[in-house]
Amino acid sequence: MSKNVIEMDNITKRFGSFTAVDDVTFHLRKGEIHALLGENGAGKTTLVNVLFGLYAHEEGTIKINGEFATLNNPNDANDYGIGMVHQHFMLVHNFTVLESIILGYEPARGGILNMREAHKRVVEISERYKLAVDPDAEISEITVGQQQRVEILKMLFRDNEILIFDEPTAVLTPQEIDELMKIMSRLADEGKSIIFITHKLNEIQEVADRVTILRKGKHVATLDVAETTAGEMSELMVGRAVDLEVEKGYVKRGDVVFSCEYLAVKRELSEKNAVHNVSLEVHAGEIVSIAGVDGNGQSELVYALTGITPPDAGKIFLNGVDISKWSIRQRTKAGMAHIPEDRQRFGLILDYSLANNLVLQTYYEPRFQKRGFMRFSSILEYADELIERFDIRSSEGATSMGRALSGGNQQKAIVARELDRDADIIIAVQPVRGLDVGAIEYIHGQLLEQRDEGKAVLLVSFELDEVMNLSDRILVMYEGEIVADLDPEQTDERELGLYMAGKKKEAVHV
Amino acid sequence: MSDSSDKNNDNKLNDKPPADAGQVEASEAEINLAAVGRLKGSYSIFSSVMAIVTGLLVGLIILMISNPANAGQGLLTILKGGMTGSVSGFGRAVATSIPIIMTGLSVAFAYKAGLFNIGASGQFMIGGVCAVFVAIKGTMIPDSVLWLVCMLAAMAGGAIWGSVPGLLKAYFKVNEVITSIMMNYIGMYLTKIIIERTIYDSRYARAQAVPLRARIPTLGLDTRFPGANLNISLLLCIIFCVIIFIISSRTVFGFELTAVGLNPDASRYAGINSKRTVVIAMIGAGALAGIGAFMMYLGGTGVYMDTKEIVAAQGFNGIPVSLLAMNHPIGVFFTGLFIGHITIGGENLQLFGYSKEIIDMIIAVIIYCAAFSLIFKQLLHRIIKSRSKFKTEKPGGPGPQGPGRYARPEETEVIS
Repeated sequence: MSKNVIEMDNITKRFGSFTAVDDVTFHLRKGEIHALLGENGAGKTTLVNVLFGLYAHEEGTIKINGEFATLNNPNDANDYGIGMVHQHFMLVHNFTVLESIILGYEPARGGILNMREAHKRVVEISERYKLAVDPDAEISEITVGQQQRVEILKMLFRDNEILIFDEPTAVLTPQEIDELMKIMSRLADEGKSIIFITHKLNEIQEVADRVTILRKGKHVATLDVAETTAGEMSELMVGRAVDLEVEKGYVKRGDVVFSCEYLAVKRELSEKNAVHNVSLEVHAGEIVSIAGVDGNGQSELVYALTGITPPDAGKIFLNGVDISKWSIRQRTKAGMAHIPEDRQRFGLILDYSLANNLVLQTYYEPRFQKRGFMRFSSILEYADELIERFDIRSSEGATSMGRALSGGNQQKAIVARELDRDADIIIAVQPVRGLDVGAIEYIHGQLLEQRDEGKAVLLVSFELDEVMNLSDRILVMYEGEIVADLDPEQTDERELGLYMAGKKKEAVHV
Repeated sequence: MSDSSDKNNDNKLNDKPPADAGQVEASEAEINLAAVGRLKGSYSIFSSVMAIVTGLLVGLIILMISNPANAGQGLLTILKGGMTGSVSGFGRAVATSIPIIMTGLSVAFAYKAGLFNIGASGQFMIGGVCAVFVAIKGTMIPDSVLWLVCMLAAMAGGAIWGSVPGLLKAYFKVNEVITSIMMNYIGMYLTKIIIERTIYDSRYARAQAVPLRARIPTLGLDTRFPGANLNISLLLCIIFCVIIFIISSRTVFGFELTAVGLNPDASRYAGINSKRTVVIAMIGAGALAGIGAFMMYLGGTGVYMDTKEIVAAQGFNGIPVSLLAMNHPIGVFFTGLFIGHITIGGENLQLFGYSKEIIDMIIAVIIYCAAFSLIFKQLLHRIIKSRSKFKTEKPGGPGPQGPGRYARPEETEVIS
């Protein structure tokens, strides 16, 4: 057995009265890929942030290469040879790849940058580890996958021996994920030790040697990946058996409820449209998903469909009526519900009470107002009913501030508000982002129920699992265009990935 | 982008409790909620009082430095304010308070919609010149309604002046602070031109005197308190404060106004016409400032519109009045009275050989402390919030997804 490079023993980290990491022991061996598995809020990121010097832990000890270590900031971590690829890349967009890599670690002689030497080293490293990326390209010009490689190169340039990957696959296409997995294996073979944070079981099975599972801040188990199953891991992660597949009954597809034709949205300061000639149809009793990598025009498309920013060209129809020029309020009244992507920016007024947030789309209706005066008692009554029905949990019920709700409950509040309006078309964008398994199950269930009741659902998601599980039809969006219209029964993630990466394209006609 | 809007919310967060308290009382149904509201309300009052006490202490120190012998006497004079001597002092304090209550209300109202109305001065001057112009030139208007017509003219003038920054903000996204400051200067020179061309009294280089028949009715207050120069303005102030309070906390429009102020993006998403709301908020704010000028120039207190090239201080003074009241419409009435009261006290300081500017320093310190107390409250709020969040979170699901204030949803784990 190879020796431990990191020994974190009995680490406890509290935030106020909340214990984020509770007596967790985590050992990393030299040359291994050790996965950290857990739901959102299980304490994975907190644990590595302690290791990375971002948080000070209250109890426990950290040994690096057998010696006790105190890490007060990321620079200390760097001195110990620890590097991290963050979930959101820390890159300067108008820097070149080379500049980004040497930032903070500039090779200089007498105060003068030695770019040529740096260039040489970067090329050397990228060839050695097969991390193909052009050192002279600008960050803004390269793909997300390449940006991630830049982050990895940064760590290697600093001679880091311990590499932390924080949910690295969230932003990648399946093909890019494959590539990353290969890179990680190669790095481990070269003797680097890797901590791999994820909540995706298949990735762990593919690449990790061992897995440590955290739940609610506590250490649940450390297992050899070869000796465990996905079922066992997910059960340990959630604390109960979960049915990852969604039961989906057959519903007869009805008439077209919602559609758009040749929709285009211009992008500011750019020749290229953010949304280009998009036509789609959603029938009653059908969930249509728009899959794609984040940033391929999905947000702009949804803004146009819901009226937040009017489209530059094209038409939108709801129940056969042209609503392209209608205001948001008119669309809402005509039967459109919208679960927005950014729940804190668009979905809620954080400093309004839960009750006020629950009537945000209906406060003007006669049941909530009388001659211009709000009827707060009926609003509270209505809010209590929704809270009960949708199981929205908060400390002070209907009078809790939106800000005081947890993310899952904030989302439940939005879902309650939007679904209770009995709309004909429900546009849901990333409805389960950042939520735990329980909340995900619940919201997916609600969407399916709507479909079963004969509503039309348009789901925009970056998660392939979600898309594959829920949809009756999958559209793939790439660079502002719909490039595929697929039946989930007759496709797989691999094919979707090719479309998402723009490697494959079909003529899509409505 | 979302960060900055979040930050805005943050800044506003702590000014809202009074409003919430109001909404709360509106919903008699929920006793529990009312209690929470009262708690928040009393906390706001506490921090305002703390600011005032600190300001007065600093004032005492200044008095002691400049002339230790009379310092105690001086502080007492400040505290007594308008209550020294006869009712005339009281009358002076009221007369000083009235315009700044109205401009304070103007600032508070705009703030509901998330707007900083630094242009109350311009709206005040234009409102004033409109009222005075009608008072002098409106010879065909019957005496009984002349004052009312003058008030409407002041409202209209102020409203028009307020609408310009509102329209520019709503439709061209021009920052209202810049445009309303510019409107102050335009208003000042426009006032000068109007006065000099139409109602100029060249002997005194100011506007002509307002005819007696245009004065604001006194309802016998003048005979009951002789020498106090009182009229119904103070009563009108109370009415306006209450009206604004009701509008902002109980009406559908107030719901929209507050929503736009708290989160413009979510308001737009919810179908609220935020452009219209912003314009109406600025029109309302302008009208209120205009009324303030009407009350000052038509109150018979011997103040004339002059043509000096000075932007009216009453507009700017509305900002501290509103700030000290945490932008609460009812609170504005009391803080306005208080500032007016100690301003008169400050003038009386001259009896003890102090310069009256000391009171301006004291007021400035009070405002500083009020602003600090806001920051302090915000900090406290954040600490309490983050603690209670983890507390409430723990038994619920597998941890807080409730993102920190600046955290984006995906980053929530960082704070877990």
